[in-house]
Order: sequence, then C-alpha cells, then structure tokens
Amino acid sequence: MNYLTAKKGFKSWLFTLDHKRIGLMYLVAVLSFFFLGGVFALLVRAELWTPAGDMFTADMYNKFFTLHGAIMVFLFIIPSVPASLGNFLIPLMIGAKDVAFPRLNLLSWYIYVLGALFFFYTLLFGSLDTGWTFYTPYSSQTGTSVISATLGAFILGFSSILTGVNFIVTIHKMRAPGLTWGRLPLLIWALYATAVIQVLATPVLAITLLLLVVERAFGIGFFDSTIGGDPVLFQHFFWFYSHPAVYIMILPGFGIISELITVHARKRIFGYNAIAASSVAIAVIGFLVWGHHMFVSGQSSFASMVFSFLTFAVAVPTAIKVFSWVATLYRGSIAFTAPMLYALAFIFLFSIGGLTGIFLGAIAVDVHLHDTYFVVAHFHYVMMGGTVIAFIGGIHHWWPKLFGRMYNEGWARLGCFLIFIGFNLTFFSQFVMGSRGMPRRYHSYVPEYAIWHQLSTIGSLVLGLGLVLTLVYLLHSLFWGKRAPHNPWGGESLEWQAATPPIEFNFTKQPVVTSGPYDFPEIEQDRS
Amino acid sequence: MLGLGSFWLPVDASSTTQYVDHLFNFIFLLCTLFFILIVFVTVLFAFKYRRKSASQRTSPISGNHKLELIWSVIPGVLLVIIFAWGFRDYMSLRVPPRDALEIRVTGVKWAWSFTYPVDGIVTTDLVVPEGRPVKLIMVSQDVLHSFFVPAFRIKQDVVPHRYSVVWFEATKTGNYNIFCTEYCGTGHSQMLSQVKVLSGSDYQDWIDRGGEEAGSAGRSSVDVGKHLYKKQACYTCHSIDGTSGVGPTFQGLYGSKEKLESGDEILVDDNFIRKSIIDPGADVTEGFPPVMPTYKGRLNDKQITALIDYLKSIGTDKVKN
Ligand code: HEC
Ligand SMILES: [Cu+2]
Ligand SMILES: [Cu+2]
Repeated sequence: MNYLTAKKGFKSWLFTLDHKRIGLMYLVAVLSFFFLGGVFALLVRAELWTPAGDMFTADMYNKFFTLHGAIMVFLFIIPSVPASLGNFLIPLMIGAKDVAFPRLNLLSWYIYVLGALFFFYTLLFGSLDTGWTFYTPYSSQTGTSVISATLGAFILGFSSILTGVNFIVTIHKMRAPGLTWGRLPLLIWALYATAVIQVLATPVLAITLLLLVVERAFGIGFFDSTIGGDPVLFQHFFWFYSHPAVYIMILPGFGIISELITVHARKRIFGYNAIAASSVAIAVIGFLVWGHHMFVSGQSSFASMVFSFLTFAVAVPTAIKVFSWVATLYRGSIAFTAPMLYALAFIFLFSIGGLTGIFLGAIAVDVHLHDTYFVVAHFHYVMMGGTVIAFIGGIHHWWPKLFGRMYNEGWARLGCFLIFIGFNLTFFSQFVMGSRGMPRRYHSYVPEYAIWHQLSTIGSLVLGLGLVLTLVYLLHSLFWGKRAPHNPWGGESLEWQAATPPIEFNFTKQPVVTSGPYDFPEIEQDRS
Repeated sequence: MLGLGSFWLPVDASSTTQYVDHLFNFIFLLCTLFFILIVFVTVLFAFKYRRKSASQRTSPISGNHKLELIWSVIPGVLLVIIFAWGFRDYMSLRVPPRDALEIRVTGVKWAWSFTYPVDGIVTTDLVVPEGRPVKLIMVSQDVLHSFFVPAFRIKQDVVPHRYSVVWFEATKTGNYNIFCTEYCGTGHSQMLSQVKVLSGSDYQDWIDRGGEEAGSAGRSSVDVGKHLYKKQACYTCHSIDGTSGVGPTFQGLYGSKEKLESGDEILVDDNFIRKSIIDPGADVTEGFPPVMPTYKGRLNDKQITALIDYLKSIGTDKVKN
C-alpha cells in the first residue's frame, strides 16, 4: 500500500493532507502552466520570424509576451521546485511524517488555484498587455484587465508565503533524531533559504500590487504622475520583491544540483559549509540589490553605485557554488544518467547566465545593454538554463521515488540533448542581437536583426520538441515503465530509505541519522 | 571591422562609446576565460572519472580551505575592479560637458520630437553636428519611454513630469537608429527615429534653412504632411482608408460636418484641424474618447500647415464609406 494507492477516488486527492499528494497536485499544476506559458513563447517567436509585424497585431503580440512572462513567473517558476518537489521531499528527507501544518499546506494549494483562476479570468476577459513587470504609469492607464491580473499575483503571493512558513517550521522542528543542521541535505538548506525570502519579500509585492489596484479603481495617485504619484517609485517597490524573487527561483535549483552531482558521482559535496552558507548569504544580500534594474531609470548615481557594488558582492557566493560543484566531480565515479546529464547541462548553462550578469552589473555597460535582448538572454540562461534544467533533472532523479517506475534512459538522453541544443540556439543568438542593440518587447524590428531572430525561432522549436518528447516518455513510463528498485541511484539521504513509492506516513518506524547525507559506501576510508 | 562594428557591438559613432566598449571587451575576455576554464575542468573530470565499474572507489575529499579561499578572493578582486571601472565610466556618461548644445526631447506614444534652441525648429529626427557635445533634456507626455541610440551606447528613461538628461558627441556623419526601450504599448516598436549627424557646415546650413524636416527640401507641403502623419504617429489612431481606429479616420474628413460631444455641429476646416492638433481637448468629436495628445510645441506652424494640406488632399473626395 503506497501513498498513491492508499485511498481512492477524486475526493481522496482534493481533500488530502498528505504532503506527497499535495506535492504531486502542485507538480501537475505548475507543469500545465509551464506548457501554457511555453505556447505563448512559441507564438512570440513565430511573430519574430520576420522583421515586419505581420502575423499578429501589435496588441495581440503585446498580450502574448505579457502572458508568457506573467504565467512563467507567477504561476510556474516561483512555485515550481519548492511547492512540488519541495513539498514531496522535505518531510521524506528529514525523516518526518508530514510537514508541520498539513492543513495549511492544502490551503496553500487552494489559494494557488484561486490565484490561477484570476489569471484565467484575465486571459479570457480583456487580457493583459503591461509586461509581467506591470510598470506604471502604463499599467495604471491601459484598458486591459490589470486589476484581475494583479489580484491574481497578490493571491498567489499568499500561497507562497504560507508554503514558506510551513517549510521553515518543518525544517526547524521535525528533523529526525541525529539529523543535525550540518547533516542536512543541501536541497533542504536551499529550500530553507528560499522559504525565508518567500516569507520576507512577498508581502512587499502584495502591498505594491494592492496600491496599483487602489490607484486604478479609486484614482488615488501613488504611481501615476498625472494624479500626483511617482512612476519610478513603483519600480523600487516592484524590484524590492522581484530581485529577491530571482533567488526564490534559483536557490532551489542550486539545491537540486548539489544532490544530483553527489549521488551520481558518489562523492561528498566539496565544501558543504561554503555551499550552505552561500545560500544564506545570497538570500540576505539579495535583498539589497534591487536598484540594479534601474540604472537608467533616473535614480541617483550614488544609489546606482551602491546597488552595483552589492550586485557584485552576490556574485562571489554564486561563483563559489559553481566551483564547488565542479570540484565535487574530482575523483568521483561519474555515471552519465539522465539526472547527471542535466546537472552537467546546468553547470554549462548557468555559468553563461551568471557570467553575463557581470556585464549587466557594471553600470556603464548596463546603460547600453539594459532592456535589450541581452537581458532577455541573460535571465533565460539563469531561469531556464538554471532553474528549469535543475527542475527537470530533479524530476528525473526522484521520478522512481515519486511513482515507483523507471523511464527509458535512451529517450531521456535524447530529450536532454534536444533541450540543450535548442536552448542554446534560442537564447545565445539573443545575446548577440541584444548587445548589437535589439530592444526587447518589440513586435516588429529593423531588418538587420532578422538572422538572429530566425536562429532563435528555430532553436525554440527544437527546444519545444525536446520538452514534449520528455513529457511523452515520462508519461509513458507511468504505465509501461519498469518497476523502480527501492533505491536506484544508491542515495544516502533519508528519502531513499522510505519505500518506493513511499507509504502514507513515509516511514514504518522513526529513522535515526548517524552519518552525513553524502557518505556513500564507495568513498575510500579517510586516512587522515 | 571598418566601421561595421565588431561582432558583438554595433557601429560606434560617438565619443561616449569608449566608456562602454572597453569595459565590455574586458569583461568579455574575463568571462570567456572563466567559462572555458569551468567547462574544460568539468569535461576533464567527467571523462577521467567516469564510472568504469560499479564498485569504483571515490575520494573522501570534502573540501580544501586554501582552494576555497583562492576561488573566492580572485573573482572577488576582479569583480571589484569591474565595479569601479563601470562606475567611473558611468559618471562620464552622466555628466555632460558645459558647452554642450541643448536640445529638448519629448517622448509621446509613439513618436519622438526634438525642439531646438533656435526659434521654431521642431523635428521628428534628431539632427546634430559632428564633433560637438549635445545634451538632451527629455520628458514624456504620457507613459515611460526610454531613449536609446545603440551606435552611441546611450540610454535614459524618459519620464512624465520629470526631466532626464543624456549626452553624446557624434564622431561620424551618418544616420543612426533611435529606439524606444521602455515598453509603452501598441506602437512601442514603431517609436523609431534617427539621429542624423551632419558636418558642422551642413548643420549650420540646415539651421539657416529653418530646420525643415529631413529630406523635405524641395518636396510639396502635402508630401511633408504625409511624412509627418507617419512620423508623428497620427497613423496609430487615425486611418486614411475609412476604418475607424482610436480616433476618426482622415478619409473624407476635410470639409465634412462633425458632431461634437458638446452637441454642436462643426465644419472641419483649416482652423478646426489646427485647433484639434494644438488643443485636442477643446472640441472632442462625438463617439470618441478624449485621448488625443496635444502637439503643442512638437509641431511648428509650417508643419501644421503641411498636415492640413495633407488632410485636404485625402479629404476632398466626398465619398465616405
Ligand atoms: C492617441 C491617439 C491619437 C493620436 C496619436 C492622434 N490623434 Fe487625432 N484624435 C484622436 C481622437 C481619439 C480624436 C477624437 C476625439 C477628439 O476630438 O479629441 C482625434 C481627433 C482629431 C481631429 C479632429 C477630427 C474630427 O473628426 O473632429 C483631428 C484633425 C486630428 N485628431 C488630427 C490628428 C493629427 C494631425 C495627429 C498627428 C499629428 C493626430 N490627430 C494624432 C486620437 C489621436
Ligand atoms: Cu535583480
Ligand atoms: Cu516604448
């Protein structure tokens, strides 16, 4: 009797308090939105095949890129890893029966669904054309459904806050005997740091969006200068949340990579303390760099200087992580399983994403690159090349634990290869056109950029194909895949001690931890 | 590459490009180096330590403080250098030289206009002399816009009710794109103009001729009006083929009778058009929202006349559909 078969029927899912089932419901939801956001992305890329705006009207195009961004950010990537894999894995990895507040956990999911309904309403009635950033005063003036969309994001924020609170308490209070902070798997550290940011930063977004709603509904001037507001103030508020949100998006990815590399290379992580501490450092400094989105907004030069400096300060802990992952491979026993291939792809893609951030942090260079496709490429390398690749890698790593089935390795490698090639083709060409001056959010463009746009569009098709292929063989494995062994990769952290798939309350008896999460039997005895 | 720009950067045609390009190239070099290092070591390890047998032993190493210190300090120092360099050059981009020629810029959905310190010169393309610093004082009439000239590596947001400043000194004659890089709605990607850099003497000639719209020398008033219809973004709201847009179509407009929101009926003649352009809020046409921006200060008399002549040319045929 595992958690999937313990209870039957529709209701047993909708009213479940089991963190594993809630995690799966999140997984289905976020992946559906990933698909929807991806469809909008392909529509955008299709329009950009030619320089003229000839496929859709400008207004339609503006809605497509807005919906792509808003769906991907608010409905997919922010909840992605924590709410799905995090929910599933945290109690298992710390040897607990469930999260601290199971009812609250279910409530978070329903709040998420409610927020999503507001987005559906927006989509069907009036749509949205402000860009996912909702910059004022455009967003206080446009005729599209800004109010329902911002309320949607506002509600989704609450889901995020509640999940964060739940995780923080769970990690503090429910660890198995012997599972000290120094023995926590790094994924747990990363999710912990993420949860802290979620709880502290999200309220600011909530207030900002609420002010925007009040301005639109009652004409009280906060951000619209025609009624006495300050449009740049909105940007400060917005990025005060949205920069830390970047770390809400990427830190869980970091955590996953630490797990994948250690398990599939049979090594202890190189520099456990440095990696754990750098997650926390990034979470803290990440609160103080928001102004790097505003170097050309007219903010004071002094402010720009401070923000630029702190931005470079966050780069150091990030670099430490990458170096540590690479060093972990040293003298390991590296298996090229699908999860490991994704981890290697992550190192490649995230390095490009991180390094191109240095261009944008240097103020003078950012003046030229700001709001061009260079920025678009940069954050896709970080968010998609980083978080999404880690997410997919994580799904492959824990798939046997989630469903008790193995997918076909051959197809998985092909999928990973297509995604890698397609991704680079799509976004590397955007670096080139961006630094050559192509602005973002353009429905039509001057012909000199056509070749780069075409490469990008071709890449997006290959990428889409790779993703669809991945979805197909994963779904196929649910029904026809080989039964997964209890611990296919030989993981040492607690989730691999549970049955596959786990039983309803995870463990038959309370596990006790006596060693680190990466003490694999292959490791030679330390002679020192 | 002989004025074609390098692979990564567009042509450079201003003295301000040096503040961006040198640092860009420096960062590019460093990043390429680090990237190659990371990928090389990863591939090397992945190959050398690939699993050959299931029982393959692995190393107990779990860290090395010396190594960790090295790879924190070296990037740290390099990043501080990049930070300082970036800030220093940014200040050079920010502070215009004292003797700069001042031109006022207005951004409006979805056109740029440039007002010269010489009486009555207003243009939709920015005409400047080579080798003289130019300071732009910019403001928006509606939402945010951003003024970007890739060939000069300058960019600055244009905000309503607040002036922002950017400067450059063009070093090569020619035409260079101006893009709007802050999303501003329907016509965002159509908000294109050009910087036309003239030699000092050509520029003086142009000023002496009253700064006519670029390329309008010897053209009829109707043609200039047609050009302005496009350049001043009238077309985003007014069609010329009879279809109704945000505003009424221009087809058959001239000489027709229009009903106003106030209930009066009015004949669309030269005076009415002029008033509609300068003070659109005064007589709002029935059935349309009062959203037309004022063009006061963004069109001079000659240009308004040209627009009226253009409307006349497409308005006299009385066949309305
Ligand atoms: C943002 C959209 C917009 C733009 C851009 C715009 N207009 Fe208008 N215009 C309108 C609207 C709406 C009306 C009708 C309401 C009113 O009279 O104010 C109008 C009315 C007019 C009228 C009076 C028409 C009538 O039937 O009474 C004229 C003439 C006119 N515009 C000329 C122009 C010219 C010339 C330009 C470009 C230099 C221009 N407009 C740009 C929206 C626009
Ligand atoms: Cu940021
Ligand atoms: Cu714009």
